[in-house]
Amino acid sequence: MNAIELDHVTLARDGRTVLSRIDATVGAGEFVAVLGSNGSGKTTLLHAILGLIAPREGEIRVLGGPPKSAATAIGYLPQKRAAIADLPLRGWDFVASAVKGERWGWPAVGAQDRADVAAALKLVEATALADRAISRLSGGELQRLLLAKALLGRPKLLLLDEPLISLDPRFQFGAVALVRRVQKELGLTVLFTAHDLNPLLDSVDRVLYLGGGGAALGTVDEVVTGPVLSRLCDTPIEVLRIHGGIVVVAAHGELDHEAHRHDAHDA
Amino acid sequence: MLDYDFMRTAFAAGTIVAVVCGAVGYFLVLRNLAFAGHALSHVGFAGATGAVLIDIAPLWGLLAFTLAAGVAMGVLGERLRGRDIAVGIVLSLSLGLGVLFLHFYTSHATQTVALLFGNVLGVSSANVWNLLGLAVVCLIALAVISRPLLFATIDPELAEAKGVSLRTISVLFLMVVGLAVAEATQVVGILLVFALMVGPAATAQRLSSHFRAALILSAALAVAETWLGIALAYETDWPPSFWITALSCLAYGLSYFASMPRAARAEAE
Repeated sequence: MNAIELDHVTLARDGRTVLSRIDATVGAGEFVAVLGSNGSGKTTLLHAILGLIAPREGEIRVLGGPPKSAATAIGYLPQKRAAIADLPLRGWDFVASAVKGERWGWPAVGAQDRADVAAALKLVEATALADRAISRLSGGELQRLLLAKALLGRPKLLLLDEPLISLDPRFQFGAVALVRRVQKELGLTVLFTAHDLNPLLDSVDRVLYLGGGGAALGTVDEVVTGPVLSRLCDTPIEVLRIHGGIVVVAAHGELDHEAHRHDAHDA
Repeated sequence: MLDYDFMRTAFAAGTIVAVVCGAVGYFLVLRNLAFAGHALSHVGFAGATGAVLIDIAPLWGLLAFTLAAGVAMGVLGERLRGRDIAVGIVLSLSLGLGVLFLHFYTSHATQTVALLFGNVLGVSSANVWNLLGLAVVCLIALAVISRPLLFATIDPELAEAKGVSLRTISVLFLMVVGLAVAEATQVVGILLVFALMVGPAATAQRLSSHFRAALILSAALAVAETWLGIALAYETDWPPSFWITALSCLAYGLSYFASMPRAARAEAE
């Protein structure tokens, strides 16, 4: 059974079409990087897979059924998380709050739930963070807790939306390696959105490149090439390989996802 | 001092109100909504004075207005962010309306002061039962919504993805806050709601990052500050509202110092 099947899917956000008639099939156990510039539809695609928005046309199948039926088997790490860093709560409560958090009642955590939280923390090597306040954690440590939260409830599919964006470049490779290890250990399918492919190069099985309303899915060598990206984005693009890394350059200068990377370096 | 009826009533009323404010305040502060409590109490002033005018107990007028304002704030939600001026103007209009209603009913000058600054020593024993009933409703409502409330507060995007309606939670919670504010004004008055709703909760959150411990600590601090405040008022004959606000401020100040990392503390010295 495939993890995700997109069949002629058109997605719109705020009345604007972001992705138009895209086809893609992600197999179970694959680690796929979802790349593309701001506004190319990465988050919109994840929301559609979660069943939060319905496609305008086409069909989305997740784990063999419609997105809503798979909701409990999906672990999700959302992109917007600015307010989290100041929370006066310890790591344990931060993760445990997501256990059946959609139910009414008092947030009591039973023995089974407690074991689940402990297992998720152990999986991401964050057991020591359970008793530390969120506001005292580094970006990398907070990232591990967010990943632990996404792993609650034993999901089969993990959707990670820009987990590297607030991370110091030094820690980005470590974060990707952690996701890769957990993915292998649990046999998960992972969609990992990012601006920059380089930290992901050693870990990804395939790449889903979004641009110009379309999508290209394949291995790095198949997709991240001048001709493929130029056709996808409808603008001349060149791909340079330097020191084992990849730089994507548009005719008018670097594509904006690469520019973002440099912003991060400068900051 | 417990020989006097009014003192026993004051301690009973103070305890009930403090437990509610400490518990609701914990979530209020966690959600960065401290000033919502303040705003709701201002709106309540017009309700309280309006109720006096039509010969209803001020508590019920206050309650009607704080609940309505809570619903409005919850529904408007994000759209209120950055609208300080609009919110401020509505708040001053509420106080202005309150003054107008009082103008029509001039014989109640002492009641005005009690409404604005609280008078826990003047709570009637009948009112204690009202406060207890409201407190039970408020705490049950809080317990029912606390799980999705905590989830939505900590991680709104994830909560929404898991099917939690952020708006529903926000409206329900602000209604609970409206109830708590109406209770708080009976002890510390409309202008000093911060002392019971925000002070103990903020102090508790500085001292503990453990959800349940901090929540219990918040309620315990509110009770302790209220008891001590009433006792000190009895001994000094100064208003209890002063003592409660002073203790709330003192506790927060001490927690600020206590929660500073050792290195920073050495530096500060």
